[in-house]
Amino acid sequence: MKHMALTLRVNGQDRQILVSPSKTLLEVLREDLNLTGTKHGCELGECGACTVLVSGKPLLACLVPVAQIDGAEITTIEALGGPSNPDPLQVEWARLGAAQCGYCTPGFVMSAKALLDGNPNPTRDEIKEAISGNLCRCTGYHKIVEAIENVAQQQQVSKVINAVTIASRQTTAVEVRD
Amino acid sequence: MLRLPEFEYAAPTTVAEATRLLHERGTKAMLLAGGTDLIPNLKRRQFRPELVVALHKVEALRGIQERSGRLVIGPLATLAEVAAHPAIRSQYPALANAAAMIGTPQLRNQGTLGGNLFLNTRCSFYNQLEEWRNSDGSCLKAEGGKCQVAPGGKRCWAVSSSDTAPVLAALGAELRLVRHDDERMVPVAALYRDDGINYLAVQPGEMLTEVLLPVAGTWDRTAFLKLRRRGTFDFPILNVAGAVKFGAGNVVERISVMLGAVGSTPMAIDAQKLFAGKPLDNAAATAALQTQAGKRATPLPNTDASHVWRKRMVRVYTARILKELAT
Repeated sequence: MKHMALTLRVNGQDRQILVSPSKTLLEVLREDLNLTGTKHGCELGECGACTVLVSGKPLLACLVPVAQIDGAEITTIEALGGPSNPDPLQVEWARLGAAQCGYCTPGFVMSAKALLDGNPNPTRDEIKEAISGNLCRCTGYHKIVEAIENVAQQQQVSKVINAVTIASRQTTAVEVRD
Repeated sequence: MLRLPEFEYAAPTTVAEATRLLHERGTKAMLLAGGTDLIPNLKRRQFRPELVVALHKVEALRGIQERSGRLVIGPLATLAEVAAHPAIRSQYPALANAAAMIGTPQLRNQGTLGGNLFLNTRCSFYNQLEEWRNSDGSCLKAEGGKCQVAPGGKRCWAVSSSDTAPVLAALGAELRLVRHDDERMVPVAALYRDDGINYLAVQPGEMLTEVLLPVAGTWDRTAFLKLRRRGTFDFPILNVAGAVKFGAGNVVERISVMLGAVGSTPMAIDAQKLFAGKPLDNAAATAALQTQAGKRATPLPNTDASHVWRKRMVRVYTARILKELAT
């Protein structure tokens, strides 16, 4: 079958690939780009393990023929950070033991990331809704919800601290001018 | 890895180009919108198209707009867009609710309204991997063979599992279907045939280009209820949609009730005859509607949950939809 030359923007980098149009984004990420953080589970859209962000929205990489997203911005778990520079979600996941076997974790973290990017202060129901497309067969849902809640709270707190810091700096600047 | 079969791929940018491809390639071509139904079906080898025509570059199929007092939804509008659209939420909450209850957040970001209307009928024997299906002679809808649900019968009982179809049919929405040299408008209810295999009453080469909702004010209230095992992911094992317009004295002027997921097609139940001129809480009319719905529904053991229980639930949900419409 005829191959297609595509440019994918993955985690901020342009990646040129030559693929069959019948390859899914999941296959390309894992097999052509060696980004194996995104997991393959059911491969039929029923588990959420392969969740990635396409233009900021969570989608299932197993159901997207790669030719369909030529040019879109793709974000995978690798973009969030690694052992030396983890994302707050990854830190909290590890701290609470929200990963048991860990297979569903990348998908869950990407769903959580999309939620907090759009809604920095979600309710518990909104969190449950946001991760309702991800299955954890170790059934560790409580810790997952708590991890997301904690990160949201931390971000709210740091926002307040930043605001106070900026306000106090401005006050100082005014005083100096006086 | 569960891989897709090889296919040729085309991504036209206009409806004319897409319909020309459908005309030229006939049944060997299939349309790809969001892909949440087609891609799993291709992976399970339920179809083997030579050509997949991806529609995502056809801008004319996107968006939700108002035209002459009617909301016109592009078939590529995602289910998430339909669920969140302010005018749909205020004028047709049943449609927004139905879209919000389909699949999961990821599937709603990807799946489209057009795709949900054209959703392939489902059956617990058909929606399986090829090896599984062929282990016992496959089924009528897949490679032929015998119906595994009703082995003596000649018809396929695969289930219409769309959540938006019963709502749009109850509302009296219309569809614009376009072919390479022709186009027509059909009511949503006329899109379907009571046949699990040939479940769509479309002409060869036809594609959906617009979903037109009735003018604002056609209905006073709309409602949707969905029965499923889990609060997410699951296809319906029964759904009910209703719309009502009240006349003077708060009696029913017009009412429309549709059942879904209990047969190969969404089914109308004749609420109008029973309720016209009566209040919505009329006990005799409610009982008659429940009886009619119970007779009309044909749940079989080919989805989740027991079909006997689903049949009982048809009566329960028919009464509930009337309560939803009243409040």
